[in-house]
Amino acid sequence: MGKKLKTKAAPEQRASTIITIVLLAALYIFLFALDNALPTTPTTVMLIPVLQKGAIYALVCVSMNLLNGFTGLFSLGQAGFMLIGAYAYAIFCIPAGQHAAVYQYFEGGVVQFSIPEMLSGVLGENAGAFLGAIICIIIAGIVAAIFAALIGIPVLRLKSDYLAIATLGFAEILRAFFQWDGLGKITNGSNLLRKYVNFHNIKIQIGGMIYQLDTIFPFFIATLSILIIVLLVNSSYGRAFKSIRDDEIAAEAMGINLFKHKMLSFVISSFFAGVGGALLAMFQTTVQAAPFRASMTYEILLMVVIGGIGSISGSCIASFLYIACSEWWLRFLDSGSFMGMTVPFFRDGFRKVVFSVVIMIIVLFFSRGIMGDKELSLAGMIRKFKKKKEVKAAKVAAGKEGDAK
Amino acid sequence: MSDRQNVLRVENATMQFGGVVAVNNLSLEVNQGEIVALIGPNGAGKTTAFNVITGVYQPTNGEISFMGKPMIRNHPRGKMEKLYKGQNGDLYRHGHTLAPTPDHITKLGIARTFQNIRLWKSMTVFENVIIAKHMRAKHNIFTSTFRLSHKEEARMREETEALLREQGLWHLKDELATSLPYGYQRRLEIARALATDPKLLLLDEPAAGMNPQETLELADFIHEIRDKYNLTILLIEHHMDLVMNISDRIYVLDFGSLIAQGLPAEIQKNQHVIDAYLGVVEDE
Amino acid sequence: MSELISANLPYLLAGISVGGQYALIAIGYTMVYGILRLINFAHGDVFMVAGLIMVYATASLPIYVSVVLVLVFTVILGVLIEKVAYKPLRSAPRMSVMISAIGVSYLLQNCALYFTGGLPQIYPTIPFLSKVIKIGSASTKMVTVITPILTLALVFALVFLIKKTKIGMAMRAVSKDFETSELMGIKINNVISMTFVIGCFLAAVGSLLYFSNYPSVIPTSGAMPGLKAFVAAVFGGIGSVPGAVIGAFIIGICENIIKGMGLTVFSDAFTFVLLIIILLVKPTGIFGEKSTDKV
Repeated sequence: MGKKLKTKAAPEQRASTIITIVLLAALYIFLFALDNALPTTPTTVMLIPVLQKGAIYALVCVSMNLLNGFTGLFSLGQAGFMLIGAYAYAIFCIPAGQHAAVYQYFEGGVVQFSIPEMLSGVLGENAGAFLGAIICIIIAGIVAAIFAALIGIPVLRLKSDYLAIATLGFAEILRAFFQWDGLGKITNGSNLLRKYVNFHNIKIQIGGMIYQLDTIFPFFIATLSILIIVLLVNSSYGRAFKSIRDDEIAAEAMGINLFKHKMLSFVISSFFAGVGGALLAMFQTTVQAAPFRASMTYEILLMVVIGGIGSISGSCIASFLYIACSEWWLRFLDSGSFMGMTVPFFRDGFRKVVFSVVIMIIVLFFSRGIMGDKELSLAGMIRKFKKKKEVKAAKVAAGKEGDAK
Repeated sequence: MSDRQNVLRVENATMQFGGVVAVNNLSLEVNQGEIVALIGPNGAGKTTAFNVITGVYQPTNGEISFMGKPMIRNHPRGKMEKLYKGQNGDLYRHGHTLAPTPDHITKLGIARTFQNIRLWKSMTVFENVIIAKHMRAKHNIFTSTFRLSHKEEARMREETEALLREQGLWHLKDELATSLPYGYQRRLEIARALATDPKLLLLDEPAAGMNPQETLELADFIHEIRDKYNLTILLIEHHMDLVMNISDRIYVLDFGSLIAQGLPAEIQKNQHVIDAYLGVVEDE
Repeated sequence: MSELISANLPYLLAGISVGGQYALIAIGYTMVYGILRLINFAHGDVFMVAGLIMVYATASLPIYVSVVLVLVFTVILGVLIEKVAYKPLRSAPRMSVMISAIGVSYLLQNCALYFTGGLPQIYPTIPFLSKVIKIGSASTKMVTVITPILTLALVFALVFLIKKTKIGMAMRAVSKDFETSELMGIKINNVISMTFVIGCFLAAVGSLLYFSNYPSVIPTSGAMPGLKAFVAAVFGGIGSVPGAVIGAFIIGICENIIKGMGLTVFSDAFTFVLLIIILLVKPTGIFGEKSTDKV
């Protein structure tokens, strides 16, 4: 009986999988071209960082959505886990020779090796940096996940807003620890971590040619991570998460271990927040604990809300829109002139005011965001398209019949 | 009836919230295959008793065994030692306390429905049922995410489909649970409880909000699922016709205490019960 | 011993003073939470805006007129926020209202950034509050002494208002049971507005005292004191006014003692450690009432 179900959904499903793969391949080809072939114009200069940052925030938003949108845990610790990820990544990626310079106030620090460098010795410079960065990103995720597990034991027993404020508190505590001189030999206190492998160092050698992977790399990590989250959300565990969101008491009565499932969701979300933090570190080329404050979490939360709480595609769309608007399209609001005209109240900060007003409008009047809790589904679109075609075909057929008569 | 296996045994269960005693020294037994009703006026502590049995509340005192094994046990501790107003406060002092969480109890084989229907509102009928299969599936988060346990998933889907077809809900499988008519929502809640493969089913006012015709059908339905799934049923109900019609035995609660127990015919004649219900029975 | 006291006296005094200022903000949090079950994330930013209003008002007006203006405008702002951002969401899930509060906080900070051009705004000296006085061996500003006295006076007035007046009784009723109070004919909207009026008035008073100790106001000035005041409210048992005040004094004093020990980095983190401890040990706070979920 189960098979019937499958064959019914299969054609659209298969078609949508194929289309998704084709679209992703096209995206990757475009990004590869952007990194290597396309000439540098003012547009690409703006486009590349927007795409990089957009991909990073898409990942971070989706990871927050897993927790807030799918499991119903209102957590505000995202910036804290990103902070851990960023630091874990940077610490293991600073070349050994640079330690003295980076940790100049802390006698060169205690971590005296660099994973990419070690791998470079074996695999050659480019492959070493590439693989080393990936390993360090995974380490960043794991460290964030371990912290999440430890923090989760006490806080996941708390209810809604208490959970929010406790996770926010933990994020602030983490920030203080990373800025503390006592840990300076590892974290460099309140000074910058720098000189580690960043996007620009990610290259690939094919034959005798070296290709840049600046933009394609964050996309690769982000799409892979988001894909894993999508798979998770659609699995039996994902359904269990949603049941907790809808009604905890019913979920527990139907045999779902609340603590275990909340913990899983929290740890996985934090893992990907850590990965996002590592990517952000690569993007910024320097890391400091100070900017990872509560306002960063708020910003991510607002992106999730704009996209729609409980919609992964919504989160992705919203983060790219948000980043593109704030870094690029709405820049003119700050510059004092619009299409050559001087507008008196366009000056520094006006962009953000417009932004926050738009956000408030969305929160108040379009609280479902761009996507609500629906997904952008290719299978659904194909079905709709087919139906339209069928209707058209039927009309044409009817018309012909009419003509014949 | 004594030759049947004992499924649920509640001994001296007292549930006290602060100074309020919601359930007082309740003892009851349910044997294999029985349909037992727990009745009483509003606020008598029936639902609280259910919540104690299913682990939502930990009883202040008492022991509950399931299939002959102790499942829940507690005695007044901490602040409750002074505040305790129930009886037999020292009875379980020397045993281990047992306080499994509701999911653990469900896994042992006790499923329940809720008085105020608690379906997962953003999910379809199909999803509502298949989630109840989650706890017994042989998978972990890794195999489940990466579709390494797809056979298990397929089995869950098949079982869910079979159950929905049996319950006459299959044609509604893609509807949102909360968009169903009230009667179907009740049916779905029972189907969801059945999906956990229970040995004992607790029904909290299954006939609430139903018309006489539906109530009549419900009686047959309860008998049917009892036989089909080899269940034992404990239910809370206000519809006296239904209770008298289907129950093998009845327990009557009033102000948290057991005031009567016995066969339906005995309960109907019991003066304590008539007093407790005076005015209420006539209404119904 | 006396040496120890004299060495720590400045920190203790600063702690009591800051504690009083936190208390004034915390009351706004605790009352709003008590009635709407909402963590008003924007409250800290309202406090910051009160600081900015003072800066801009004194640019053209005499100082005591400005003080009055600050009080009036802050109250108007608070009520406006409630009417625009929270009232439409009254029947929405709690998470939506909290997100709206975060949105308002973001909006206020960004507006402040725009108006100030990102530059720190020098806070005017209020002569009376900034007068230097000597207590024991420590010399300090008048505001240090005024704060706890004024705080306690205001808190007593507030407790009187809540316990003895009609509106106070309505507030207590609404915080116990929102729906039933509405059915009983209490004008919910008036009660909520009144809560915001009181909360914002106290926050404005708090800002006058708080910023007198600091050279300038920046758009994020309100975030930290806001969060700390909220922690104080949780610590004291959210919904309880005396609890919030005691919590605020404890946090203010501890924070300054930690600063005195040379661990300034952890002075903020300490607050949150305290928060997490209290949430784990007694989630309802020292004066909070227990509530159970109904199944």
